Amino acid sequence: MTPSAPAAAVSRPSAPRLSARRRGRWGTAAPYLFVLPAVLLFAGFKLYPIAWSFLLSLHRTVGGTETFVGADNYLRLADDPLFWTALRNTGVILVVQVPLMLALATGLAVALDSTLLRGRPVFRLGFFLPMVTGLVAYGIVFSVLLNEEYGLVNWLLGLVGIDPVPWLTEGLWARISLGLALTWHYTGYNAVILLARLQTIPRELYDAAAVDGAGALGAFRHVTLPGLRPALLLTTVLSTIGTLQLFDEPYVLTGGGPDNATLTIGVYLYQNAFKYFDFGYASAVAYALTVLVGVLGLIQFRLLGEKS
Amino acid sequence: MTAARTRHPGRSILLTSGLAIALAAVAVPFYWLAVGATHSSQDIFDSPPPLLPGGHLGKNLATLQETADFGRVVLNSLGIASVYTLLAGAVCTLAGYGFATYRFRGREALFGLLMLGLVVPAQITLVPLFKMMAELHWLNTYQAVIAPNLALPFGIFLMRQSMAALPKELLDSGRMDGCGEFRLFLRVALPPLRPALAALALFLFLYQWNDFIWPLIVLRDDSTFTIPVALASLQGLDETDYGAILAGTAIAAVPMAIVFLALQRHFVSGLLAGAVKE
Repeated sequence: MTPSAPAAAVSRPSAPRLSARRRGRWGTAAPYLFVLPAVLLFAGFKLYPIAWSFLLSLHRTVGGTETFVGADNYLRLADDPLFWTALRNTGVILVVQVPLMLALATGLAVALDSTLLRGRPVFRLGFFLPMVTGLVAYGIVFSVLLNEEYGLVNWLLGLVGIDPVPWLTEGLWARISLGLALTWHYTGYNAVILLARLQTIPRELYDAAAVDGAGALGAFRHVTLPGLRPALLLTTVLSTIGTLQLFDEPYVLTGGGPDNATLTIGVYLYQNAFKYFDFGYASAVAYALTVLVGVLGLIQFRLLGEKS
Repeated sequence: MTAARTRHPGRSILLTSGLAIALAAVAVPFYWLAVGATHSSQDIFDSPPPLLPGGHLGKNLATLQETADFGRVVLNSLGIASVYTLLAGAVCTLAGYGFATYRFRGREALFGLLMLGLVVPAQITLVPLFKMMAELHWLNTYQAVIAPNLALPFGIFLMRQSMAALPKELLDSGRMDGCGEFRLFLRVALPPLRPALAALALFLFLYQWNDFIWPLIVLRDDSTFTIPVALASLQGLDETDYGAILAGTAIAAVPMAIVFLALQRHFVSGLLAGAVKE
């Protein structure tokens, strides 16, 4: 994805011509024919809608007719308390849940990599399994488990004398529940990515650290963490993009409630587009979201990626 | 390996049992799904709640069939996910092969463009895509669910990474023998890539089987619903039968878990090949 790459390909025309002689009747068209279906589908169903979405964001939809309103939708966005609520909710998940989950995933990866662990394959598999279950499926299971009056979790808490927790009906608890569900679903997946990277760190580095008198904690700080850097960057970026787009879990688990405590940008976008049919405004929300993803992604690359 | 365990038997037992407890906590929702699916809605919300599987599964499935025509829904999901896996698999594999084994003008630019799809949030295309589908009169059709995501950037990326490992000499010797480019792809390049193709197929099937927001938007008629859309619509009813819903949820989750367990070696290593290289 480096900007200089296409120029380099153009300035070396001899390479394609040389192999073209061997490519028989397809000639130089062969590579283009291979990538053509993907490029056409991508252009039609992705690039074209992305451009169209921008045009829509400059229009107001009233009763099915669209009028050009310029930047009005974006100005409205700045004054919309619900948009800021959604942004704040998404931000809280990003700042609280994502780091906690990644710390948990790192710990899990280190444990799974440890030679002290018995039955490693079983654990590796077991922790990955939640990832296979669909968002709707686990959303439904969690909503029943966490039911305030009749749920299994509150019943268990009651056994040890704890009063029922309003898991899904009180703002703060609803956020915690959402965070728990997300952590359940994605921790194992992130741990497996980190684990794969962990296994590429040469054992000699640990031996050297031990010779230098580093304890377990020192080895973790000076060998494990630096070695994990690229995988940490990958999981951070993936989790950030996933969190910013969060839709399925709050939609199924809390519907964005109570009192918009779990309203995410994704849910707000959906409500505007497919409940109020305000396509122009929904598109403005989508563009704001895209800019946010781009900016945060860049910052993370700068912070975590500089040394790799 | 065993040396460390025998040297520190205490620590080994501590670590293993600690992780076992964590795994048990992760497994609770799975276990409880099996319990809930086999009880009636009243039993589920009883106090104390049921802790062991019951005998209500048949009744729940019957209710599901009655209220949501669930047999049809499962067939919809199976059909959509299978056709999607075949078509998207072909598109991604062809593109991955093109990008990995040829040098051609504009290769980097085109690949970079496709990878843009990994970063740009999917939500940005929802509204215009919905309008496109309406104009094509594709709402409530299977192709509306399948077509927009065929060129899946992650799938293309995965295939390019796997194809990059193909030895160039293998392809060149095929060319010397007068093998055409497409035959070369089918007969020489694909066979050694079977594990990567299995990983891709599983990934694509899972993606489509579990996809929610897009089917929710373009499928408005009950008879076209996929499993997640049907489950969410059942949950929205005034009198929600949770026994039936959990039975449906189990139908959605259990086959995937089994397929995953069977193919997990390919799956995890295939996905990771993309994540760790470079």
